[in-house]
Amino acid sequence: MRGVFIINGQRKEIEFAPHKRLLDVLRENGYTEVKEGCREGECGACVVLLDGKPVNSCQVLAASVMEKEIITVRGLGTIHKPHPIEEAFVEAGAVQCGFCTPGMIISTYALLKENPDPEDDDIKRALDGNLCRCTGYVKITKAVKLASKKVKKDGK
Amino acid sequence: MENREFNVVGKSIKKIDALALATGEVKFTADIEMPGMLHIAFLYSPHPHAEIVDIDTEEAKNIPGVVLVLTYRDVPDTLHTTAGQGYPEPSPYDTRILDKRVRFVGDRVAIVAAETKEIAEEALKKIKVKYRELPYNLDPEKAEESEQIPPEDAYHLLPTVYEPSKNLAASVELSFGDVEKGFSDADFVLEERFEVQYANHCAIEPHAAVAFYDERGRLNIISTTQVPFHVRRIVSRVLGIPLKNLRVIKPRIGGGFGGKQEVFLEQVVALVTYMTKRPSKVVFSRKEVFVSSRTRHPMITWYKVGAKRDTGEITSLYLKALMNAGAYGPHALTVMANAGSKVLPLFNKIKNLKFEGFSVYTNLPVGGAYRGYGATQGYFGYNVMLDMIAEKLGIDTLEFFKKWHIKKGETSPIFEELGEGKEGVSQIIRSCGLSECIEKGAKAIGWYEKRRKRIKNGDKVRGVGAAILMQGSGIPKIDMGAAYMKMNEDGSFNLHIGATDIGTGSDTILAQIAAEEIGTSVDKIIVYSSDTDFTPFDVGAYASSTTYISGGAVLKCAKKIRKEILKVAQEMLNVPEDALYIENGTVYTRDGQQKVSFQDIVIYSLYTKNQHQIQAVASHIGLESPPPFMAQFAEIEVDIRIGRIEVIKFVSAVDCGKPINPVLVEGQVEGATVNGIGYALWEDYVFDEKGRVKNASFWDYKIPSIRDIPEIEVIICETYEPTGPHGAKSVAEIGINGPIPAIANAVYDAIGIRLTKTPFTPERVLKAIKSQGIKL
Ligand code: FES
Ligand code: FES
Repeated sequence: MRGVFIINGQRKEIEFAPHKRLLDVLRENGYTEVKEGCREGECGACVVLLDGKPVNSCQVLAASVMEKEIITVRGLGTIHKPHPIEEAFVEAGAVQCGFCTPGMIISTYALLKENPDPEDDDIKRALDGNLCRCTGYVKITKAVKLASKKVKKDGK
Repeated sequence: MENREFNVVGKSIKKIDALALATGEVKFTADIEMPGMLHIAFLYSPHPHAEIVDIDTEEAKNIPGVVLVLTYRDVPDTLHTTAGQGYPEPSPYDTRILDKRVRFVGDRVAIVAAETKEIAEEALKKIKVKYRELPYNLDPEKAEESEQIPPEDAYHLLPTVYEPSKNLAASVELSFGDVEKGFSDADFVLEERFEVQYANHCAIEPHAAVAFYDERGRLNIISTTQVPFHVRRIVSRVLGIPLKNLRVIKPRIGGGFGGKQEVFLEQVVALVTYMTKRPSKVVFSRKEVFVSSRTRHPMITWYKVGAKRDTGEITSLYLKALMNAGAYGPHALTVMANAGSKVLPLFNKIKNLKFEGFSVYTNLPVGGAYRGYGATQGYFGYNVMLDMIAEKLGIDTLEFFKKWHIKKGETSPIFEELGEGKEGVSQIIRSCGLSECIEKGAKAIGWYEKRRKRIKNGDKVRGVGAAILMQGSGIPKIDMGAAYMKMNEDGSFNLHIGATDIGTGSDTILAQIAAEEIGTSVDKIIVYSSDTDFTPFDVGAYASSTTYISGGAVLKCAKKIRKEILKVAQEMLNVPEDALYIENGTVYTRDGQQKVSFQDIVIYSLYTKNQHQIQAVASHIGLESPPPFMAQFAEIEVDIRIGRIEVIKFVSAVDCGKPINPVLVEGQVEGATVNGIGYALWEDYVFDEKGRVKNASFWDYKIPSIRDIPEIEVIICETYEPTGPHGAKSVAEIGINGPIPAIANAVYDAIGIRLTKTPFTPERVLKAIKSQGIKL
C-alpha cells in the first residue's frame, strides 16, 4: 500500500506492506537513526515522537499513523546544528555506545516539553522504557538535568 | 615514565564520536543496506542433543525469493573456535559452521539467504529435518559420565588438558606450599559452596554482520565485532579464502561487554556472499542474542580457608571451580582459569594454596567472554569467605582487608604460575591504591555508622557490605596493539589504530594520549580505527587491554612523531635538538628567541627542503598486566517478610592508575556496577527440562532500567602506574565483580543470613531465612 507520512517536517509518500511496523517503514526509508533493539516494545531504542508523544515505533502499525507527524532524533538537530538536548547528552558523558541515545533523547524531549524542571522521580518515570546497558543511567540522569537548563535558556 | 603535570590527560574531554551518535548520524552494522542485498536467517535445533538423520530443503528452495539454503552438507567443515582470541587460541576447536549433530536447543541446523528477511524466515518453516535424539545432560556436575557432546575430532591447539570423551573442555591446577598442613595449622577452617548463574550481555545493539564484494573483487565484512583482526584470521581459515582477499571493518558498535568477542556471524555472511557474489546481511533478533549468541559462564566454586585466631593469617586456601561451558568451548579454559588468576593474588601472603578448575560441556547455551571474565565468578565466594573469617576473628572486615591485601612492591606466585593457556608472567605491583579505595569508600557509604547496626523499619532491615577486587590490564606477553600517525599541512594528525572502540570511548582516550605526548589538543587528532586494510594490527577490545596496550602503542608512536617534528624544527631554526620544547602546537627555543608552528614545520617538510612525510608507527606489547584495584560497598535493605533486597546506595572506589578521562572512567564503573547489580539480584536464564530458554526476551529477562538503580557513587583514587601510558591502568571490567559479594555481605550484616547462590531473588532469600534462621 501507499501512504503519506510527515517525517521530521517533510511529507513523504511511501510504499509499504500493510502489516509493516512504523519502525520498519522508517528504517527501510533511510531513517536508520531509529534503532531496533528488541522489536518487543521493551528497550526504547526505537522511540520516536508521534504527534508529539513518545512511542515505541516497533509497536505501531505503520498503516495506522499515515498523515501523522513523526519526529526522529535527526528531526531535532544535526551534527552541524545540534539540539540542546543532544549537546547535553554529549557534555554529561551520557553517550557511551550511543545505541540507546536516539531513543533516550526523544524521550527526554517529550519529558521536557511536559515538564521543563523534572525531578529525579520524573526522569525515572519518563525514561523507564529506555534501556541502556553501558552507562548505568547515572550520566543519563545528569544529561536530562543539564538539558533542562539548556532548553530553558534556548527557549526550544 | 613519571607522573607530571598534564594538559590533555586527566581531563574529561567530550567523547569524540558522541555528537555524531547523539544526532543519529552514525551508521551501525544493521543500518547498512545495499542494492541486491540478501538477508540471512537460521534454523535452530529444537532438541538439546540430536543427530540430523535427514534434512530436506527442496520446498524451501522453491519459495520465490529464496536464493540459498545451506545445511551441513553444503558448507566447509573446518573445525574452529568462535572465540576471538589471539593465535593460537586457548579455546578448543570444537565448532563447525553447521554440523550433522546439534548440541543444544538453539544450535544451528540450516542457513537461508533470501531477497528479504521475511522470505528467509518463511523458508525456515519449509525445511524438513528428521532428528535422532541423543541422551543429553544439563548438569555440569554430571558431565563426565554423560554422552559425549563435542565432536569426535575436536582438538586443542595448546598442550593443555582437553578430554572431549569426558566432556572436559579444560582443566587447570595450581598449588604451592602444603594445603593440608596449612589446614591443620589453622585455628579454624571454613568451607562454603557458591554458585553463579547464566546471564546475557544484553548489549542493546544485537549482533549483526554484513558482507559484500568491493569493486576490486575483495570480500569486505562489516560487523559488530570487538576483534576485527581475529575475525579476518578466523574467517580466512574457516572458509579457505586468502587473508589478502578479506577486509574487516568495525563501524560504531552498540556495546560489547565480551559478547562481541565471538566470531559466529562473520563466516556466515562471508560464505553467502562468496557463494552468491551478492551482498548479504544478518541481524540477530533479541531472542537469538539470548539463546544462540554467547553468555556468562555459570560456575560453582568451593572454598575452604583456614586461619589463625591471633594474627588473622590465612594458613591455607583451597578453591575448586567447576564451570559450565555450555555446548561449545569458547573461552572454556581462560574464563575458568581467571577465576583463580584474577582473584587469588589479592591476598598474596597465603603460603599454602591450591586451585583446581574444570570446564565441562553440557547441552545448554554456549558461554563466552563476559566483562569480568571469571573474576566475577571467583570473587563472589572469595569476598564472602573473607567477611566470614573477619567475623570469626572478631575484627572489622575492612581492617582485615587492609592488613592482608597485596601492596605496592609486592608480588604473588600466582602471577607467574597461571596465565592464559600457558604459564603466566611474574610481576611486581608498581601501583596500588586499594587501601585508599577502602577508606574513601567506607566513608562514602557510612560504614562505621551503619555496620552491625541492623537498623529496622517494620519488616525492613538495613545492612552494609563490602568487597575488594583486582583485575588486569591486558594479557601480558600476548596482547599487542599498534598505531600509525602522520602529520598534515595544518598541524593536525591522523591517528590510525587497530584498537576497537565498542562504546567505551577508547578512540577518545587514545587521542588524548597522543595529543598529550605531542603537545597539541585532541581536536587536532583525527582518529580512524579498526579496519584491517587501513589500520595496523591490534588484538581488539578485550581483557581490559585497550588503554594499557593500545595506549602504550599510541604513546610510543606519538613520541616518535614528536622527535620527527623536533628534527625538522631543528633544521629550520638551526639549533640543537635539546634547545627546543613544544607547547600547544608550537616549537620554541628555550632561550625564548625563536619559535615555529607545527603548521610551518609540516609545510617545510612537505614542500621546502628534505621533503618527507612526518610519520611514525609503533607496536606495543604488555610485559606485565598491572591490576586496577577496587573496593565496592553496598547499603541494602531486606524485607524479611517478602525476601526482597533493595540496594539503597552503592559505592565503587577505584584505582585505575592515572585516569586519562575521568568522566569516561566513571562511565565504565557506573555501567559495570549496574550490570553487576542486575546479575546479583535478577538476571538469570530460565530453562525447561530440555534446556530450552524460556525467558529469551527483555520482558522476561529483566535488566536494570533507570528506575531500578540505587544512588551510585564512584570515587577515583588516583595512582600512577609507571608501566602504563601516562600512568594509566585498565578500568573496563573490574566494576562488575563486586556487587554480588558486597550485596551478599550486606545481607549478612542486616539479617545474619549467608547467601551463596545468585541471583538473590526473594524466593532464595526467604528460603535462606528459613533454613538458616534469622539472627537479628
Ligand atoms: S525495538 Fe522497539 S522497544 Fe525495542
Ligand atoms: S550508551 Fe550503550 S546502551 Fe546506552
